[in-house]
Amino acid sequence: MAKQGTNHQTVKFYQTGTFTVGNRLLDENYRTVQATQERCNTIDSGHRACQGCGQALGARYALDAAMRATNNKIIAANATGCLEVFTTPYPETAWNIPWIHSLFGNVASVASGIAASLKAKGDTETRVIAQGGDGGSTDIGFATLSGMFDRNDDVLYICYDNGGYMNTGVQRSSATPGGARTSTTMPVGDNPGSSFNTGKFLPAIAMAHEIPYVATASVHDLHDLERKVEKAMSFHGARYIQINVPCPLGWGSDPALTIKLARMGVESGLVPLFEAENGDLINSTKIRYRIPVEDYLQLQRRYSHILKPANQHQLASIRALADKNIKRYNLL
Amino acid sequence: MLKQISGSIAVAKAVALCRPEVVPCYPITPQTHIVEHLSTLVKSGELKNCTYENVESEFAAMSVCIGSSATGARSYTATASQGLLYMMEAVYNASGLGLPIVMTLGNRAIGAPINIWNDHSDAMSVRDAGWIQLFVENNQQAVDVHIQAFKLAEALSLPVMVNMDGFILTHAITRVDMPEQSQVDQFLPSFIPRQLLDTSAPLTIGAMVGPDAFTEVRYLAHEKQQQALSIIEKQARQFEEIFGRDSGGLVKSYDAESSDIVFVAMGSVVGTLQALASELREQGQSIGILSLRSFRPFPIKSIRNALKSAKQIIVFEKSFAVGMGGVLASEVHMATHGLHIKINSIIGGLGGRTITVKSLKNIVDLASKGELEHETFMDLDLETVEKEINRQRSEPSSGSTAENILRDMGVVSASKTH
Amino acid sequence: MFQIRIHGRGGQGVVSASELLSVAAFEEGKFSQSFPSFGSERMGAPVQAFARISDEAITIREPVMEPDMLIIQDPTLFNAINVFDGVKTGGYLLINSSKTPAELGIEEITSQFPEHHVMTIPATELALKYIKQPKPNTVLLGAFAAMSHMVQIPALEKAILGKFPSRIAKPNITATTAGYNLIMQKLEEAKEV
Repeated sequence: MAKQGTNHQTVKFYQTGTFTVGNRLLDENYRTVQATQERCNTIDSGHRACQGCGQALGARYALDAAMRATNNKIIAANATGCLEVFTTPYPETAWNIPWIHSLFGNVASVASGIAASLKAKGDTETRVIAQGGDGGSTDIGFATLSGMFDRNDDVLYICYDNGGYMNTGVQRSSATPGGARTSTTMPVGDNPGSSFNTGKFLPAIAMAHEIPYVATASVHDLHDLERKVEKAMSFHGARYIQINVPCPLGWGSDPALTIKLARMGVESGLVPLFEAENGDLINSTKIRYRIPVEDYLQLQRRYSHILKPANQHQLASIRALADKNIKRYNLL
Repeated sequence: MLKQISGSIAVAKAVALCRPEVVPCYPITPQTHIVEHLSTLVKSGELKNCTYENVESEFAAMSVCIGSSATGARSYTATASQGLLYMMEAVYNASGLGLPIVMTLGNRAIGAPINIWNDHSDAMSVRDAGWIQLFVENNQQAVDVHIQAFKLAEALSLPVMVNMDGFILTHAITRVDMPEQSQVDQFLPSFIPRQLLDTSAPLTIGAMVGPDAFTEVRYLAHEKQQQALSIIEKQARQFEEIFGRDSGGLVKSYDAESSDIVFVAMGSVVGTLQALASELREQGQSIGILSLRSFRPFPIKSIRNALKSAKQIIVFEKSFAVGMGGVLASEVHMATHGLHIKINSIIGGLGGRTITVKSLKNIVDLASKGELEHETFMDLDLETVEKEINRQRSEPSSGSTAENILRDMGVVSASKTH
Repeated sequence: MFQIRIHGRGGQGVVSASELLSVAAFEEGKFSQSFPSFGSERMGAPVQAFARISDEAITIREPVMEPDMLIIQDPTLFNAINVFDGVKTGGYLLINSSKTPAELGIEEITSQFPEHHVMTIPATELALKYIKQPKPNTVLLGAFAAMSHMVQIPALEKAILGKFPSRIAKPNITATTAGYNLIMQKLEEAKEV
């Protein structure tokens, strides 16, 4: 935002497009939900997430935005995983909404059940959110998630993607990026890290189900995240949002760099941000200045072997993946 | 070679020595270090001719084992608790099809409420599935019994589950004598499948069996487990000859035949019972321990032999059949039918609750005085339980039981969230 | 049987400390056992780890309820949990702190220990000096050896070399030796008085 006039210098805010520059300079209508004192604090303080946890940040923003969009009428179901564990540490809970945890692989079904019950009772105001990590969504909960998509159940499914089973000790999931070190894909042997040419990209799979709304978001752009959640709540039927959430422990990164890493993932092309409705891509966030993948990888110890000369071919594969995303999702 | 390593790493190394060919795994606490180490052994090239797969669920893990075992590959996986339940259909399927899969169960409680700590509820949940179920008291036995498990499974063409207490054994670092590859090769020959998917000799596996033949097929599964009784013993002797250790077998008696009071138990609690027996011996009191190493098949004869002179049998278990009582206790009742020996059922250690020598001593005291109840939940907080019972009686919407109890027990504020 | 209980917070290497201790005892031909208090351990949460050393095979599995040696890696725990629970009369107490027991406010408890059985050592500072990380565990292991003589430095060295790559092991060994020497020195000084 620039102030014009002879005594004033034009000020250019680089990040104006994302509204991240000082909420206080923005019109109230543009501020994030988190900026208001009236925010719900759906996830209250005192939870036990690690320092720098991207998921805690993403979940807090997503839920409070959903609450604002639904007049504070949300029931949430959670899969087993970090979010469930750190928000409900014996004997406390951080949740200020009705919340249920059933199993690892069935949260989509449980949420469908909640939605069905509300429908049977004629409650059109209360809305349902299902939450899980990438492991719970893309692997063990895949079938039940697909079932929810198939039935077009009125549930918003939020997947917090940190690329692995972090809560049980950083094991590989089908969302683990190629080359990444996890405890079950160690950097040893001929093919260090997680194999390339494997894996699933769940947002594309969700799109293939032609559900009303699919979006990807990232915790570095919280306005965008809130907007997408609120937009999702304006639809009915099955909706899917995947949020890019760095995990300092699993990624071997500095907790202070979580937001920066989230941004770099997007700017490198490795994490495409887009929206789709009924299976069609309708919008993608352009990368303002593309960064080399190395800049992103070198801040994460899970990729330290990739940057060695012997693994140039892997680095090339990662670059190719970024190129593919940029082309497929029109990111430039 | 002597090593000081965790139970998980020891088991992973033992499994690797058995030359597995297909190892599909899905991580679940407390088995993670086993599957992680195996993945690294394969990935680094140390474990050769083995495909390690990170699969998308436990159901997938057992299903992959079924496919690979039917195609002649020595197959292994590991799980616990919730993961076992998730693969339940495939677990029954594997034994029904007679596939010699070996699986480690890092014993963990089954929820709800979710609990990651040790008890035997997961093992008990599959006791009718037709798998051989073996229990180990310590990490040395864990190593040794896994090696025996492959040989046993392949001899019978039946899957074998090795139960080791989650955390207590998996995460404990103790001394183990890791066998040499040559010793294992001597004991465990290559896998010769009884049935094989082979293009040169096609056969059909998994046909439907109707009322006309189902009983016979199921009877034969039962018969196979009776055969297992003698094969388990025989192989344990063979193992002892080559490796020098008595690690397997159906039961292990620690003065059971010569004691008035005999504990019957499985798994790591036997170690703590041994410490108790030591302490009591110094005070002039003697108790015996009968450790069941094979739970399926249930070694009725061995149990009867060991317990026939006892005056009082105390069955200690980390499991119970909700609405009925102790699982092991009821099976010991069945096994000792006709011997007319008093049997007490103790249920303890549920969900990882610590089992202390002190609490066990208290049990022995009560038993000696004839004051031990027929069934006891060891270290039960009766006050909290009664509070919840009264709450449920007086309020129709009393809330979630588990949460209420946590509120009573813990330091959480009593104020409900809005 | 000698029983040790180590208290600290997640991320301070409490579990590693008990593991290294048990490996060192093993290297000296003893039987030993090490295991953590199992839980959802995350950075900063109070954690405990246990170790047992014996000349005979150890069968017991319960947590160490009556430690012969208590090692406190983080003195802020005094306000959080009762770390002294069950400690044996005649036992040892080793605290990671540059303060005295009086300054820590625990003199009432420490005065009940035998002479020379309570030691404080600025392990975190020493760790920062030798390994450039605020991980006091290896320093404390050296101090443990000096106080209890249950394991010797060469065995601890071997254990450390077995666990870490050489470039990390070497400074840790220096740290362990420093902890050992400092305690030996303190004991000498205390006995001279």
